[in-house]
Amino acid sequence: MNTQLLLIQVFNGLVNGAFYALLSLGLAVIFGMLRIVNFMHGALYMLGAFTAFALGQAFGLGFWPALILAPLIVGALGMLLERTLLSRLYGLEPSYNLLLTFGLTLLTQDLVKQVMLSQFAVSSAPYTTPDILTGVVNLGSVVFPKYRLFVIALTLVICLVTWFVIEKTRVGAIIRASTENPSVTRSFGIDVSKWVTGVFGVGVGLAGLAGVLAAPIYSVEPYMGAELIITTFAVVVIGGLGSILGSVVTGFAVGVLAAVGAAIYPPIANTLVFVLMAIVLLVRPSGLFGLPEGTR
Amino acid sequence: MKKAKLTAIIAPTLVTAALLSVTAALAQGAKLSDNAIKIGVLTDLSGVYSELSGPGSVKAAQMAADDFMATNAAYKGKVQVIGVDHQNKADVASNKAAEMIDRQNVDVLMDLPTSSAALAASEVAKGKKIPVMVVTGGTTALTNEKCSKYTFHYAYDNFMLANGTGTAVTKRGGNSWYIIYPNYAFGQDLDRQMTAAIKENGGKLVTPSDATPFPNTDFSSYLLKAQSLKPKIFGTMQAGNDLVNVVKQYNEFGLKKQGIGLGIGLLFETDVAALGQDAYAGALATVPWYWNLDQRSRDWTAKFEKAFGKKPTWAQAGVYSATMTYLQAVSRAKSDNGDAVVKALEGYRFSDFFARSAYIRPQDHRVTLDVYTVQVKAKAQAKEAGDIFTKVATIPSAKAFAPVAETKCKF
Repeated sequence: MNTQLLLIQVFNGLVNGAFYALLSLGLAVIFGMLRIVNFMHGALYMLGAFTAFALGQAFGLGFWPALILAPLIVGALGMLLERTLLSRLYGLEPSYNLLLTFGLTLLTQDLVKQVMLSQFAVSSAPYTTPDILTGVVNLGSVVFPKYRLFVIALTLVICLVTWFVIEKTRVGAIIRASTENPSVTRSFGIDVSKWVTGVFGVGVGLAGLAGVLAAPIYSVEPYMGAELIITTFAVVVIGGLGSILGSVVTGFAVGVLAAVGAAIYPPIANTLVFVLMAIVLLVRPSGLFGLPEGTR
Repeated sequence: MKKAKLTAIIAPTLVTAALLSVTAALAQGAKLSDNAIKIGVLTDLSGVYSELSGPGSVKAAQMAADDFMATNAAYKGKVQVIGVDHQNKADVASNKAAEMIDRQNVDVLMDLPTSSAALAASEVAKGKKIPVMVVTGGTTALTNEKCSKYTFHYAYDNFMLANGTGTAVTKRGGNSWYIIYPNYAFGQDLDRQMTAAIKENGGKLVTPSDATPFPNTDFSSYLLKAQSLKPKIFGTMQAGNDLVNVVKQYNEFGLKKQGIGLGIGLLFETDVAALGQDAYAGALATVPWYWNLDQRSRDWTAKFEKAFGKKPTWAQAGVYSATMTYLQAVSRAKSDNGDAVVKALEGYRFSDFFARSAYIRPQDHRVTLDVYTVQVKAKAQAKEAGDIFTKVATIPSAKAFAPVAETKCKF
């Protein structure tokens, strides 16, 4: 294994890591604020990709408008779900929302499959890279797709903005307060349930965004989120449930580790993350960046 | 008193039922278990292979059943088709096969995408003496070490794919390869066959093949490896959605522009449709059939399209052909008894819209037929929707499959 190739694998790992980070960031925001384990996250990621494809088919919209519109549409759908279904389960055991979101996942996947098959006669849709980002960058002896570098950059920006908003702004303070102690926050005249809906929408929107970003790389098909979500949950657990910094750092780290691992010994690629999870849980049961329950 | 009354009702019913079935059997001159031929299409109704076989295979089997009943008056209303999902899992396939045979009295199992599922179902059917027509499963183990007296391998197999494509690509100058394959029975077998075919034609592998997880979405590390190794051909043994991902990323990483060609082990029409044919343009593959092969194929395709709303894949056309071949064997054997049908199938020579110059080898139950090496056309060259293949070569039935002398099959 030459160093050049290894270096490229690091880039490659950062791309996969970008998807893990975006998805686990959404999961972390939702779990951290609302204590919802959103199993539907993978399906919403898929909906992001599918919406981008559908917008192109129906209105001829390209990648750039879809990059803005699809997350908004998915986010709005998320808010609707939170208002109509999830909000009824607050105060009940977490297993209820797990079951609900899992059921919704199956429903969404099959629905999309039916739409694809009836409207487009295939269940996996073509989606092309925007012109400006097609082609490759020459990095010495190997070349790397421009589009993948763009994914890494954009993800980093999004993660930074999210972190900044939650930790450093007044909006973030309100969000944190309303989840930390809803009744006190309410007494300040703040409509907590509206904020909760908003936060859920943003978290879900991030999944939608990841989906749009994935469309030019992976095949757009109903089950594209199913596999990814399992790794993403492992990332969230390693990083510490609900920790924003943890999910982003771990997302990228796991991506890189898996890619480098795969370059050295290919069969390990898919198991490495779970091995890592087991080790972390043994040493730090609350995850790398997580605080033990009760100390928050 | 009550008991006697019950007997009085039951006994005549039983006698009538028995008489009815006897007269029915006499009328049609064939002995059918529970007075019907039940065809179990065991397939992937929901997963990665559901488009290329799945519901379309069930529809194709139903069409064959309908056509058979329409032309054979004695069997009117007697052929039933049941479609069951095996989820591409060997254990599910095994359970479902047993359940269909025991509880639904299925007389034959059909289709079986995913080699591991095909092998599992074949094992179950062997124990119960029920014929199996594997159409969409590809492993050559079905006609070698894992062969069974009741299993017939229709349409294609990994030897035929590798022999056709490996030979054609290597002879056209693609003599150095790097191959990736999905790590399960089908992929492992296809990689072995492909490697052998390449070497036999004077080609070489630049590095040993890499196994990838199955299913898998990200193939970038293998593509990067291909970039640095610079083989003439990047060989992919993936199928279905996995293949779509490989080809998408093959284009994304610009391998084509760097002069690294694409060699595809197993290609279905649906894989091309999922990505647009330009992504595949120039790639060679081997298929047992395609819809616009000739007028006979087009005529059948028109019927299928009317019934199913889409053009058939070669797997679905194969299921029709296999179902019809099975039903005709039942008709010749005048029975749907497993052993009788197997006897009627063995050594049979026929030709239909799908299987040309077909022969069912008695030694290993390989169904040989003419197959075609094809090249994917660029979109600009397509004359109509779905016109994706240009025929490069026809490989005659006798040469397309592993010679009978090489089979490891012992019934």
